[in-house]
Amino acid sequence: MKTLMLGNEAVARGLYEAGCGFISSYPGTPSTEITECAAKYDELYAEWAPNEKVALEAAFGASLSGKRSFCAMKHVGLNVAADPLFTISYTGVNAGLVIGVADDAGMHSSQNEQDSRHYARASKLPMLEPSDSAEAYEFAKLAYELSEQYDTAVLIKMCTRVSHSQSVVETGERVVPERKKYEKNPGKYIMMPANAKKQHPVVEARTRTLTAWAETAEINRVEPGQDSSLGIITSSTSYQYVKEAFGDTYPVLKLGMIWPLPEQKIKSFAASVQKLVVVEELDGFIETHCKNLGLSVSGKELFPNIGELSQNLVKEKLGGKVQSGPSLEEAIPGRPPVMCAGCPHRSIFYVLKKMKLTVLGDIGCYTLGAVPPLNAIDTTICMGASVSGLHGFVKSGEEESAGKTVAVIGDSTFIHSGVTGLINIAYNESNSTVIILDNSITGMTGHQQNPTTGYNLKGDPCTKIDLESLCHAVGIKRVRVVDPYDMEACETALREELAAAEPSVIISRRPCALLKYVKHPGPICADPEKCKGCKACMNIGCPAISMENGKVKIDATLCVGCGVCRQLCKFGAL
Amino acid sequence: METKNIMIVGVGGQGTLLASKLLGRLLLGRGYDVKVSEVHGMSQRGGSVVTYVRWGDKVFSPIIDKVQADCILSFELLEAARYTEYLKPDGRVIVNSQQINPMPVIAGTAAYPENLVQKIEEKGIHVDALDALTLAEEAGSSKAVNLVLMGRLSRHFDFTETEWMEAIERSVPPKFLEMNKKAFAAGASC
Repeated sequence: MKTLMLGNEAVARGLYEAGCGFISSYPGTPSTEITECAAKYDELYAEWAPNEKVALEAAFGASLSGKRSFCAMKHVGLNVAADPLFTISYTGVNAGLVIGVADDAGMHSSQNEQDSRHYARASKLPMLEPSDSAEAYEFAKLAYELSEQYDTAVLIKMCTRVSHSQSVVETGERVVPERKKYEKNPGKYIMMPANAKKQHPVVEARTRTLTAWAETAEINRVEPGQDSSLGIITSSTSYQYVKEAFGDTYPVLKLGMIWPLPEQKIKSFAASVQKLVVVEELDGFIETHCKNLGLSVSGKELFPNIGELSQNLVKEKLGGKVQSGPSLEEAIPGRPPVMCAGCPHRSIFYVLKKMKLTVLGDIGCYTLGAVPPLNAIDTTICMGASVSGLHGFVKSGEEESAGKTVAVIGDSTFIHSGVTGLINIAYNESNSTVIILDNSITGMTGHQQNPTTGYNLKGDPCTKIDLESLCHAVGIKRVRVVDPYDMEACETALREELAAAEPSVIISRRPCALLKYVKHPGPICADPEKCKGCKACMNIGCPAISMENGKVKIDATLCVGCGVCRQLCKFGAL
Repeated sequence: METKNIMIVGVGGQGTLLASKLLGRLLLGRGYDVKVSEVHGMSQRGGSVVTYVRWGDKVFSPIIDKVQADCILSFELLEAARYTEYLKPDGRVIVNSQQINPMPVIAGTAAYPENLVQKIEEKGIHVDALDALTLAEEAGSSKAVNLVLMGRLSRHFDFTETEWMEAIERSVPPKFLEMNKKAFAAGASC
């Protein structure tokens, strides 16, 4: 049946049809929907793990036990999972193990623009790179065949434009392979030095075998062109831009597997054209390989290694003509993302700003506390870095910075990798105050459950990790809960905890305003008669509040009635 | 046939994804090759969002580049103005005349430009503006702006009413079906 599917949904369909039986992932844009879509198939076990390292290790365990398994993450998630990744390369698999990683060129929703292809080369694992949903589906199935045939985990590299574009997929039926029997095999699975020394040559030999496979694989195909003055090597979404820009004009070597690369195929393609160019997003990964083969090739001197490519960009850089369309002379104000009306994070950031605190931030919706008018965050690095960074800052800080610095971290991010930083705070005794912004959901990636919500990926009730008990258990004695909508209570809690002579945790608890079960009182009615136009309410950056003719105006389609602005109005106008 | 392109633009949270999904289903039903590109994650939080809908005999790129769009379907006035350079010379704009102030305007660091419909028209672009918010509210919910705009867009397609209704039935929850159909009809007939 022909269906329109997101690239991520197509990967999930491929996993399903390939008989995958176990999925463990941590959400991260643009990878999240692979696991969400897979969870809709009842025959599949799928879960959210606390982080990507746990997820990959769980998926490896499932493979070891004999079930085809899978694990998805965004590019930066692969950094977290890199530890098991490099050694799983040595052990190989029992049943097939496939890892999906989604890059975010253009940083639509990420803190960096790393190119995950380097991981394939560094960990010596094969990597498939689909260019649309049909390939995402096919490659997911192929990945299991390769995984079991060559005894290796296989990476599938997605990117925002493949993950989040729908295109046509022709689906088939699910075929579950016979379960592999687990057999004890210390030489293969216990990577202590004596065994690992024997496995490393096996890994190198496997790469040579896979290189030979790549030479004849159908997914690495030459598409003939009419004009061989130029030949283009490309993959992923870049392939689509090349075809859109030039059609069948130039010969194209379209790579479906970008590691290991088919050396002879590349060389003979190079010999068949006058000039060779590689079109790829981010780093010159394929280009560098071509240069290592001694080929004369262009790539990154033409194309940027920053941001996304497009059909016009490809056309222009390769000598084609690109038109420009009409744009207005007038400056169009930008529309950056903002915290939603009623967001429970807004008020706590207002208090932090008011108290002039240094705030080490983390990864989630609450990163938006960094933008005007709140400007309340000082750093954002990676998952968990707020808590561990705070410890270093407080331990090394000047006397006067004591009691003036906090960390803010969401509930899901805290479980992901904040808790280890908190253990360090307790163990090495820094007088730190950590604020857990507990909105009872993983918000930024679109409302995924996590270990603190009491529900699993399938939506069933499950064990709920109690944040207060967890903080107590790791050695923090001062743990208190505040309602972020109550700004006075937040300020009092902050003053007391920052003044205390021991580490503390403040849990700012209120569910995300977008959760369906959250009942709101309804929009606030502004009274223009009472408004003096002081704009105090404008300092919280709520998208529902604006000024019209010097008086406050509430957008009733946005306002949920959280009442935070009311606490700022001295004249009773709200 | 040559690839056709519609950009659906708006503000995160306005329901642009449902509109692109509905359109994608409709076009696939006609046997076209279809690509629909969406935006998820951070920019959805009240930011400027763009989805691309492309169809034809064979569609390659999932995105629409400058001077490729046959139509911009805009859920908000400022967002229509932001993307005019993506239009083909004979391209058209269908726009909800509702204005949603972006944060720089709310914060007073930028002004919301005036007379945008007129300014876009002065560039030789055909603009079809309608108050989709009021029509949606009249149909039963301010959230049905997307269906009002779909209705207006339907005037430019040769799909039958049955085809549209089938696509709507498959895209919205049964509970809201009647209201959405009403919103669609309001956009199509006004």
